[in-house]
Amino acid sequence: MTRDGRLLRATVLGLVTFGLIAPIVLGLWQTGRAAFGILPALGQSVATAQPWHDLAALPGFAASLRLTLVTGLGATLLSLLLATGFCAAVHARMTTVAGARLLTPFLAIPHAAMAVGLAFVLAPSGWIARLLAPLAGWTRPPDLATVNDSWGLALTLGLMIKEVPFLLLVILSALSQIPVARHLAAGRALGYGRGIVWIKIIMPQVWPLIRLPVWVVLAYALSVVDMAIILGPSNPPTLAVAVTRWFTDPDPTMILPASAGALVQALIVGLAVALLVAVEQAVKRLGRWWLRRGGRGVSAGPGLWAAGLAVVALMAVGLLAMLSLAVWSVTWRWSFPQALPESWSLRPWSGARDSWMRALANTLLLAATTTALSLALAVAWLEGEDRARRTRAPWAEALIYLPLLIPQIGFLYGLNVGFLRLGLSGGITAVIWAQVLFVFPYVMIALSDPWRALDPRLTRSAAALGAGPGRRLWTVKLPVLLRPILTAAAIGVAVSVAQYLPTLFMGAGRVATLTTEAVTLSSGSDRRVTGVYATLQAGLPFAAYLAAVLLPAIVHRNRRALSGGTAT
Amino acid sequence: MKLSLGLVLSLLATPTLADWQDRLEAAQGQTVYFNAWGGDARTNAFIAWVGEQTQDRYGVRVVQAKLSDTAEAVTRVIAEKAAGQDDGGSVDLIWINGPNFLAMKEQGLLHGPFVADLPNARYLDLGPAAPASVDFTVPVDGMESPWRLARFVFAYDAARVAEPPRSMAGFVAWAAAHPGRMTHPDPSNFMGATFLKQALIELAPEAALLQQPVTEAAFDAATAPLWTWYDALRPNLWRGGETYPANESVQQQLLNDGEVDIAMSFDPASTAAAIADGLLPESARVFVPEGGSIGNVSFVAIPYNAANTAGAEVVANFLLDPATQARMQNIEVLGSFSVLDPARLDDAASQAFAALPTAPALPTLEELGPTLLEPHASWMTRLTEEWARRYTE
Repeated sequence: MTRDGRLLRATVLGLVTFGLIAPIVLGLWQTGRAAFGILPALGQSVATAQPWHDLAALPGFAASLRLTLVTGLGATLLSLLLATGFCAAVHARMTTVAGARLLTPFLAIPHAAMAVGLAFVLAPSGWIARLLAPLAGWTRPPDLATVNDSWGLALTLGLMIKEVPFLLLVILSALSQIPVARHLAAGRALGYGRGIVWIKIIMPQVWPLIRLPVWVVLAYALSVVDMAIILGPSNPPTLAVAVTRWFTDPDPTMILPASAGALVQALIVGLAVALLVAVEQAVKRLGRWWLRRGGRGVSAGPGLWAAGLAVVALMAVGLLAMLSLAVWSVTWRWSFPQALPESWSLRPWSGARDSWMRALANTLLLAATTTALSLALAVAWLEGEDRARRTRAPWAEALIYLPLLIPQIGFLYGLNVGFLRLGLSGGITAVIWAQVLFVFPYVMIALSDPWRALDPRLTRSAAALGAGPGRRLWTVKLPVLLRPILTAAAIGVAVSVAQYLPTLFMGAGRVATLTTEAVTLSSGSDRRVTGVYATLQAGLPFAAYLAAVLLPAIVHRNRRALSGGTAT
Repeated sequence: MKLSLGLVLSLLATPTLADWQDRLEAAQGQTVYFNAWGGDARTNAFIAWVGEQTQDRYGVRVVQAKLSDTAEAVTRVIAEKAAGQDDGGSVDLIWINGPNFLAMKEQGLLHGPFVADLPNARYLDLGPAAPASVDFTVPVDGMESPWRLARFVFAYDAARVAEPPRSMAGFVAWAAAHPGRMTHPDPSNFMGATFLKQALIELAPEAALLQQPVTEAAFDAATAPLWTWYDALRPNLWRGGETYPANESVQQQLLNDGEVDIAMSFDPASTAAAIADGLLPESARVFVPEGGSIGNVSFVAIPYNAANTAGAEVVANFLLDPATQARMQNIEVLGSFSVLDPARLDDAASQAFAALPTAPALPTLEELGPTLLEPHASWMTRLTEEWARRYTE
């Protein structure tokens, strides 16, 4: 280990600890103080458990809790089942790269934009109902709760439409590290059906590779705010929405029970992850016994096809939702039961041009800076590992995932107070910092595997030719890794564009982005203007993904081995 | 001696031009962060126009921080106070009303009194009982400046509804005859709470009590008939009263989609404006209960720690300019009624108001009937709490 390597590692560790982890701990600390009644601004300085009693007594608290568990656990479990089933059904016919391309629009579109589109597609007066209206003879929308239903079904569906593609991608990339075809052939030769080979042989190998992403999906589904506002029930809403509402209640003393609620939110995520680990252990024990029994009679075939069909149906609804956003953005009047707008117009675009241009400029600035910072930090981290010739310790992995596992609402209020103390009041700097907390982990996750998969012979050859560590990084590693770096950047852009709560809290509402505007406007009545913002919101990350595909193809047009994306 | 004392008194009583000149100079080059609900494109466009005007005239830029709920801005100021940031705050001007104002006033989070110092305050009736001096029965005390007039009205689609209900009590029979065809915004939202208050004023045995701060005994007595009425109404609401639209805009969208037949608004002109904007069918019209409806004034306030206080005052003053108010009342621009006292306008200003265009869905002042006073702000808090307790499962 060289001095240079040690310095680099120390710098990266310092940046991550003080830049990313400390703010979260600080935020949790502030929220925790308020949860126990300490809020000097309101003249409260004595620790008390009163906020917890107040929280428990708030109307709908228990129902909110139940709703959160049902939608969060339900959406995660169903998404995982469907994604696994779909992979088993179609894996032989789809390469990782083709799959990733197919899934790109679903990964790129932010949750809020998808929710806005879905709300229109699913509503009793929505697109599906309009298409059915001539058949069913409806002149008025049926009085059915198909969105904002009290069971949270629309919210569960919305989460699944976003999470299934993410899990598919994660599983596909895990499968590329496993000799699937050989396992299948061996299993068949021993008389096992295709589905059973997947369950008994392949999934046990895939699971350790996708465990952390599943935790992230679970944490997200349990604490999502923007999607739950748009699709979820309103009376009572899910806990995360209720806590956000209490934080912004006209009665400022509500901040105390709201803080307690934010801690409950974090506790729920912790317990859900613990539950998942317990289930994993149980399955491990039972699974071994089941494997040794060696039964061949069970067929999982029909289940796989059902999962495949369900995924296709989900994607179709998702595509319809994205399309509806674009259509609304060029509509003038479109009333029930017309299947298409009565009159079209570009006025939604031209009328709000100054506003969306400003929001677009802010969004671009934030996406560019947060992605650049996160990429630089990620490359420095990975290069530090290389120079130390060390693999990543579990605690380091935990550091990366921490911001994604702790619910945002748990520490954002406290973080805001902390930032204000530091004099980092509601400006673009504070928003950049807060967004990097969430952009960096995703960039790091996206870049780690391709970075480690880099053929070590390349750098060894360069070293043998006399290139120092710096030159090996700049002239060998980074150019060869251009495609995965750009893919990680595109993911960074998508994550930055989608950030709602951090932008709202840290920007003091002053930093208007496409997402904050889209969520605010979805509280208004003009679907056409919302369509404009949501279209832009989806278009920006999509353009970034497109660039990630096209740029390497152009740069490496005369280097065949580099354009195929071996490292992705 | 007498003469000079009189002179001094008159100087103290009315702000001199020189004082305002100082404020204008201080405001020059400032950027005012106007925190205002951002769900209405026309209001957003109007605020953008205000910004262009103040930039040209006074060198004051206006940036609208678009809120989905006014309480967001209140929370922000509290967070700043919590962090000890007593100046250079991020909120300069808030569009505010009722409980949010009461909360800020009680916590000492407001700058002022400043209204009487605004030159355009001379067009206002600032008498102690005037609507511009009281916000939900709480005296304004010069801590917030009026900018637009609000009246609670219902909107309906005349093509689908022949006879809208004539009173709040009448909604029960109407909803029974048309189940699932009406709803109200969630009472955690201002408009949903107003729907309940409108019914409370009509149904309460002793409406005068509502002007006093709420007490437990008064609350139980006053609201008993309200809950009976609501229990009869709720089963026939849209989706059986299990879920409610988040605010009046979402409900207007439901009316446009044909999911419900009745919407509500705090702006008598909003229906005509929405028709012009393609957001409601041409057949949409406005009605109010026969006994009249709740009315109040929308205000702007300046937080105690605002970074650009002088700029915020200049904007508040510009909002009260008769030309600004006439433009705001123009149905083609915003259509909100003016807060100015017509008796104090000069001929040119009166002419500007008289020459404004009209629209079929724009109610006349006679059609709007009498204005009912808002109950004391504490009633609203208590009412929404009790509603949440009773109807949140």
